[in-house]
This record gives sequence, C-alpha cells and structure tokens, in this order.
Amino acid sequence: MYDIAIIGAGVTGAAIARELSKYDFRIIVLDRENDISCGTSKANSAIIHAGYDAEENTLMAKLNVEGNAMFDRLCEELDVPFRRNGSLVVAFDDEQLVHIKKLMQRGINNGVPALSILSQEELLKREPALNPEAKGALLAESAGIIDPMLLTISMMESAVKNGVHYRLNFDIESIKNKGGVYILESGGDEIEAKYVINAAGVFADKVHNMAAKPSFKIKPRRGQYFLLDKIDGNIVNSVVFPCPTKMGKGTLVTPTVHTNLLIGPSSDDLDDPEDLSTTDELLEKARIGAKLLVPKLTTRNSIRTFAGMRAEPDAGDFIIREAEGAPGFFDAAGIKSPGLTAAPAVALYMVEIMKKSGIAFTAKKNFNPLVKRKLFIDMSESAQSALIRGNPLYGRIICRCENITEGDIVDSIRRSPGATTVDGVKRRCRAGMGRCQGGFCGPRVQEIISRELNKPLEEVVLEKKHSYILTGKTK
Amino acid sequence: MDYDAVVIGGGPAGLGAAIEAKKNGLSRVLIIERDVEPGGILQQCIHNGFGLHIFKEELTGPEYAQRYIDMAKEDNIDIMLDTIVTSISKDRKIKAMNSSGIVSISAGAIVLAMGCRERTRGAIAIPGDRPAGIFTAGTAQRYINIEGYMVGKKVIILGSGDIGMIMARRIVLEGGEVIAVIARSSFAKGLTRNVVQCLDHYNIPLLLNHNIIEIKGKERVESVVIAETDAKKEVIKGTEKEYECDTVLLSVGLIPENELSRLAGIEIDRKTGGPVVNESMETSVPGIFACGNVVHVHDLVDFVTEESMRAGANAARFVKGEIKTESEYMYTSVSGGLTYCVPHRLRYSAMLEKLDLFLRVDKVYPDSWIVIRDSEKELARFRHKNLTPGEMIKQTVKKSVFENAAGNIEIKLETEGLV
Ligand SMILES: Cc1cc2nc3c(=O)[nH]c(=O)nc-3n(C[C@H](O)[C@H](O)[C@H](O)COP(=O)(O)OP(=O)(O)OC[C@H]3O[C@@H](n4cnc5c(N)ncnc54)[C@H](O)[C@@H]3O)c2cc1C
Ligand SMILES: Cc1cc2nc3c(=O)[nH]c(=O)nc-3n(C[C@H](O)[C@H](O)[C@H](O)COP(=O)(O)OP(=O)(O)OC[C@H]3O[C@@H](n4cnc5c(N)ncnc54)[C@H](O)[C@@H]3O)c2cc1C
Repeated sequence: MYDIAIIGAGVTGAAIARELSKYDFRIIVLDRENDISCGTSKANSAIIHAGYDAEENTLMAKLNVEGNAMFDRLCEELDVPFRRNGSLVVAFDDEQLVHIKKLMQRGINNGVPALSILSQEELLKREPALNPEAKGALLAESAGIIDPMLLTISMMESAVKNGVHYRLNFDIESIKNKGGVYILESGGDEIEAKYVINAAGVFADKVHNMAAKPSFKIKPRRGQYFLLDKIDGNIVNSVVFPCPTKMGKGTLVTPTVHTNLLIGPSSDDLDDPEDLSTTDELLEKARIGAKLLVPKLTTRNSIRTFAGMRAEPDAGDFIIREAEGAPGFFDAAGIKSPGLTAAPAVALYMVEIMKKSGIAFTAKKNFNPLVKRKLFIDMSESAQSALIRGNPLYGRIICRCENITEGDIVDSIRRSPGATTVDGVKRRCRAGMGRCQGGFCGPRVQEIISRELNKPLEEVVLEKKHSYILTGKTK
Repeated sequence: MDYDAVVIGGGPAGLGAAIEAKKNGLSRVLIIERDVEPGGILQQCIHNGFGLHIFKEELTGPEYAQRYIDMAKEDNIDIMLDTIVTSISKDRKIKAMNSSGIVSISAGAIVLAMGCRERTRGAIAIPGDRPAGIFTAGTAQRYINIEGYMVGKKVIILGSGDIGMIMARRIVLEGGEVIAVIARSSFAKGLTRNVVQCLDHYNIPLLLNHNIIEIKGKERVESVVIAETDAKKEVIKGTEKEYECDTVLLSVGLIPENELSRLAGIEIDRKTGGPVVNESMETSVPGIFACGNVVHVHDLVDFVTEESMRAGANAARFVKGEIKTESEYMYTSVSGGLTYCVPHRLRYSAMLEKLDLFLRVDKVYPDSWIVIRDSEKELARFRHKNLTPGEMIKQTVKKSVFENAAGNIEIKLETEGLV
C-alpha cells in the first residue's frame, strides 16, 4: 500500500510528486497513457507567464507569480532549458493603451516585478519586426520560455530518483474507499493508497466524481499552433501578445527555447477532451492574428501544426483543495493556463493543504534535487570529444536536423522514466523535432528502441498504445 | 588533416565530383559520407531506370552507384564513412565527426554534394489528427526496400512526384492496396514514364486537381477526406469524399539540404532552395563548389553525374589556379513559364567550350522555343516539344553564343506562332 497516489503525470502531478519526494512517504504516480507528459503538458504555449493576466486575489494570480519566481533555481537543478526573454502585450489604439495600463496595475497588485509600459519607439527598437502601427506595449521582464515536456519529464525523473514509483497505462476507472484506504482500479488491477491527489488535467472532474460528489466541471477548450523552422526563430525576441479578449490571451508569436518560432493558439470549445485535431479555419485565424502583430510573418516555413487542450474550470479559478466528503482526497483541478508556470507553486500549496488537513510530514535527509541532462550538441568541443571517447555512440548523429546523437537517444531510453516510443524519445532529446519531423531519423530511432528494449521492431509504436508504425514484413 | 579537395556527401554527385577532381590532377581527394556506405539515395532505389543517358542501359539505383564506387576505389579516393560533417567555414575548414571522435580538415577546395530531403507533412499543413501511419514516400521506401517491413495495407499517396509513384507500384507488388495517387496540380509532377509504368499498368487511379483536406485517426490513420480543387487550388465544396485507409504517403517535394551551406554564409536561391552557382558550379564563396540535388532537385541521375563532373573538374582547376576570372559576371534570369535556371551567373572567360543550362517549366508546353537574349539582342533559340514540369530541361549552349554578351542573360520560353 502507498501513502500517496498521484493521478496524472502531467506538469502538475510531476511537480507535486517531486515536492512530496522531499518527505518520507511511499508515493506512486499513475497515468493512463504509455508515457509521462502526454496530456496538456505536452502541447501549450510554453510560456512562463509573469502574472498580470489573472484577476486579483485568485489562487491563479498567487500561484502564477510565486511559480514564476521559482523557475531559475528549478531549471538549474533540473537542467531544463529556460530563458527569461520578457513578454509584451501590444496595444494598437487608445483603448488598448488604456487596457495595458490596467493590466500593468493588475500585475502590480498581484506582485509581478519589473513591469513597464514601452512607447512606440522603445517597442519597435526592441522588436523591429513588429507592426509599425503598434502604439505601445506592456513589458513584463520576468516572463520567459521553457521546454514544457522536458520540465515535466525532469521533475518526474527527480521524483523517481528520490524514491517515487510510477505506473503507466493505468487508466483509473473507479475509486473506492475501504476503511479509510482508497482503492484505485484500472482494468481489474488495483492500487491502494491512504491519500489521493487528483491531477488528471482535462479529466479531473471525472476522476473527482469517482471519489466525491460532483462539485465542478471541466470544459475542454482547444488551442491550435504552427511551429516554424529555426530560420524564422529570431523574427521576434520576446513573447508577443495582442491585447487580451474574453476568449483568452489571443494569438501570440514567440521564439521557443529551441529557437523555433511558435504561433498560436486558436481557441474553440469542444465536447471531446481528446480531440486534438487541427482545422484549416482556426489555423488560418491564428495565422491572421499573428500577421497582425508581425506583418512579415508567413507560415511558409511551418514544420508542424498541433493542438493542445485547455482544462477550463467552470468556477474560473484553480481548484486545489481537499474534496468535500472525501477526506484524504485532494484535487489539483482546473489547472488551465498559467498551469505550467504555476506548477511548482501548486506543489508547495498542495503540501500546505495536506499539512493543514492533519497529515504528518517528515523531511528526508537525503533528498537529491539534481537531474543532469545535457545533450551532446549543447556541450563544448572538448566535452564532446571526451564523451565520444567514453562512448562511441555519441559520435553518431541520428537526427540530423537537431544534431542528436545515438548516445543521446540511448540515454533517453535508459533513464527512468525512460522513453519507450518514438515520440517519447523526441520529447526527451529532440530527435525528430526538427524540420524533417523524424522523416529521416524516425526509422533509426525505432531500431534503437527495439534494440535497447529488446522488442521486435513492429512492436515499437509512434506514441499512443495503438499507434503502430509497421504492418509486418515484406514478402 | 589537409586535402586538395574534400567532397561532402558520397551520393552520385559526390562520387562524380571526386572522381573528376582526381582525374584533373589533384592527388589528395576525400569524400565524407554520413551513411555506412556510399551511393546516397540510390541505394534505396531498387527499381531500374538509372543510367539511360550515360551508360545507354537501364540499371537499378544500387547498380548505378556501384559503378562509380568502383571507379572511386580504383582512383584511390579516400572515403570516410559513417562520418558527418557538422560545419564548414568560408576559409574551407571542415569539422566532421564519427565514433572515433571529432576531426578538423583543411581543404584546397570543397564540393558540396549533400543531396536533398523530403518535404514533410508539417510543411504542407494537412489539417486533422496526427496519428501514426503518415510517412514520406522516401521513408516508406527505406522501410520496405532496406529494412524489409511494410508500412501499411491500404494506402493513399499525396503528391505525384516520382518517389510517390514508384512507391505506389512497390506497395501493390508487396500485396498492399493503393487507393489513389492524389495530385494537387493539373498534371503529374513526376516523369511521364513513371505515370505509365507505375500507375497505369497497375490500374492505380491518379486524381489530378485533388487534395487531402483532413486526416482522421487518433492513434493510427483510419481515413482521409479528399476533395477536388479549382484552378486556385481551393477546395470545391460538395466534392469531399472520405476514404478508409491505414496509411498516407507524402510525395510532396524535395528540398536541397543546405544547413552546412548556410553556416558558411553561402548565398541561397529561394527558388531552387540551393546555392547560387556560376558557370563553374562554384558558390558565392570562392573555392566552395556544389552539385547534384544540393543545388537543385534532379529527376535523372545522369544529369547529376554530368553536373558533378563539371563541379569536380572546376574544383581541381581552382586549386591549380586555372580558372580564368577576368570577365565580369552576366546574370541569368528566366521568364515566360520557365521557373529557374542553373547556373545563376556566368563569366565568359571561365566557360568551357560548351555550357549546360538546367531549366524547369511551370506547366506542360507541347511546343515551344527557348530563347536566349542579351538585353534586347537574341543570342540563340532552341525548339522544344513536350516540356513538362516533371522533367528537367538540359539546354547545351556553345560558349561562342555569349561571346559579345555583356549585360544580363534572359532566358525565355516562347510559344507564339506555335500550336
Ligand atoms: C493551448 C494551451 C496553451 C497554454 N499555454 C500555457 C503557457 O504558455 N504557460 C502556462 O503556464 N500554461 C499554459 N497552458 C496551461 C498548461 O499547459 C496546463 O495548465 C498544464 O499543462 C496542465 O498540466 P496538468 O498536469 O494539470 O494536466 P495534464 O498535462 O493534462 O496531465 C494530466 C494527466 O492525467 C492523466 N489522466 C487523466 N485521467 C486519468 C485517469 N483516469 N487515470 C490515469 N491518468 C489520468 C492524463 O493522461 C494526463 O497525463 C496552456 C494550455 C493550453 C491548452
Ligand atoms: C527516391 C528517388 C528516386 C529517384 N529515382 C530516379 C530514377 O528512377 N532514375 C533516375 O535517373 N534518377 C532518379 N532519381 C534522381 C537521382 O537519383 C537523384 O537526384 C540523385 O541520386 C541525387 O544525387 P546526389 O548525390 O545529389 O544526392 P544523394 O544521393 O542524396 O547523396 C547525398 C549524400 O550526401 C550525404 N550527406 C548529406 N549531408 C552530409 C553531411 N553533413 N556529412 C556527410 N554526408 C552527408 C548523404 O548521406 C547522401 O549519401 C531519384 C531520386 C530520388 C530522391
């Protein structure tokens, strides 16, 4: 039996797992997918928001600002690429100029540091490609960009290093409470735990309702993106937003930490939380939105389009509390944007709530906060040479777009939680992320997985359980 | 390490260039190839149809490659395999890497012969789901011909490029079903002989003026929606049809592989996607030459070989200081249905007796003239029948034609007065 079971290996679950691994508990993280970071945490804008968006006095505002401040240390400890490149909210007319001042005031009230209003001249100096009709902008210097998948994966890795267990392909269908112990069931298999944390993303309401009486609803809202080639990666330096509307923050244009350019997201409400298809109409809208900000932008060099699913809570704010009528069952639900930013603060807040509910915490003496993950390509030449000497696999580049070596790929398979799928490798070491999108390296990555995991080539899948790549041998 | 000439890429272009550099008097010539064997893309093209122009016989890709690999061996050309070039600089320093470490090499001349890569789905943004079962035709070709695995049972192919058509036939021969080859254009993009031999002979429908407008399937492809398009490539409402299938192959174009060229600050032509080159196949950086698919995408390997021999010979002339650079550049431009011309600029003094111009057209022209002008003055004209976008035009022109030309060379397609 476990002390704590965490449902969901997204950024929220991973952050909580890592935080709790600092204490003496037997912990397990459960996810229905065959890898971690396969929900919303893998498809979003990847921005560490400053914190001026959320209404004052909400949990979202508090945890956004607190979370943001934690990233320098977190990313240093976990070797996750992160850059505070600042964000801009651009105003095109007087009304919007008034609005960005309001946003600035809200930010100040929320405790956001380093906010300022840029004049047209200052703005165009900072971002020469911006639409010259822009009148000014709100600059938030604390905003940044990150690799959200690596963040989630590294946090999970850190948790696992510190004793947390995990189980994938565990799709929780029911939760029972027997004499104060929760029994989580998936396809006849059961896991028992004294306490349960619900970090199930878009499914958090369903999971909540398995254990407690319904008290909130999550509405799926889709966001679609273009990812552009690195050739376009430096069109803008900062994260550039238009003035926000009711539907959200609007289409943004931002470099990614890997120096691509990201355009999106669109926004539409759906019934199916798993419908991550893209549509011409909404991508076109995103493209037009982006062009308004940066007129010379085209999607000619798009290397991928994708979609993510927001988990919109009906109450509007994050829901982080012990569920009513279900003692020991804690929700971390409705974690919509800025959920990525807030994650480390959500984890701290969860600890506080659990303590308040009477759970005893004993700190471990030997918690190790560090995870090392440097790719070959990011090292100095002397370090590279040394690495090849120690392991010749580092001398073979497999993904030629991103210059990822066989050594990097094998490493991402051997880590824990390690990659078992072609996309799992991609999320961990970027093989297949580049402009040919795995066209060339996909088959080789598949071979390496097959060899490393001692699994027939046909059984290696692209991503989800049934996403088989090959249909058998040739004649 | 020092070499007279270093060739990057060991496909037919690289092999041809190296052999010719050696023949023209260079003693130390090196080919660096990232694959475990030389031959380039030809190694996976097990169909025949290679070498008709040069050898007057139909060879398979590997057979054609082998002839040049043997020649290179006879000529004592060094080949480093399983080695990738990671950077080159303007002063012709090369950095390469393999499982024994990182090496730096200085070269008297460099020949770029890195070939091209396939455009992928991202580049054409087909909406819908992103399941497994979507392959570029070349990747599928590799799985089937080299690894021995099938990629699907019921296949739709988008794009009428040569690789797509060749793979349509291959899949049928392997017992799979090909529902159709979908072309976004009003004509097949590949060679006519492939339409006949790969599609018609196997009753595979070629749907011209169609497009895939949605891919469905959460884990593996389950179906695609296909629709007819109008002259502006917009979908004609009401023509949408859904087809069940488990696989989509993309044959939607090739892009010259020029990361290394960009690193060295070499000027790239937006139209071809490859380096801007002169009559000697030299790029904008002196001493760095280029040939084959890295310059512009070829459909016939014979032309690749010819072009690469010129690049190799000129690399040797460069090292020996024999290229005559006294005349000013004339710049080539195209109009009237021609889409590009390689080379991009010409020096009369550096030209050999004959010059090959490589051209492509934007659509089918049953009968036409290719006219070469120097400003207003006509220098030469050549009659051509049945020009199609799928077949590169090689127009050989005598050096003397350019003797008194000064300004810019305009190459125009004319159809006036012809039917
Ligand atoms: C379009 C878009 C843009 C965004 N941009 C930003 C941004 O720029 N900055 C920012 O800070 N935030 C952003 N966000 C928000 C952020 O991405 C999310 O808040 C965050 O990723 C949520 O993480 P999570 O762990 O709560 O959910 P998820 O990542 O969805 O994880 C939930 C996990 O629970 C698992 N699960 C669900 N049900 C079950 C079950 N029954 N049994 C077992 N496992 C189950 C799922 O498989 C999944 O892995 C954006 C969101 C979207 C959609
Ligand atoms: C699938 C396909 C089918 C074809 N079918 C026919 C046909 O039926 N008949 C016909 O006549 N022609 C055909 N062609 C055309 C012709 O064969 C090709 O155009 C020709 O092979 C191109 O030669 P290349 O040397 O320029 O490129 P490639 O053959 O692609 O060779 C480039 C080489 O460079 C290497 N390389 C690249 N970057 C680096 C680096 N950084 N370091 C080290 N090495 C590197 C690559 O590994 C590769 O081996 C076909 C082409 C393709 C793509």
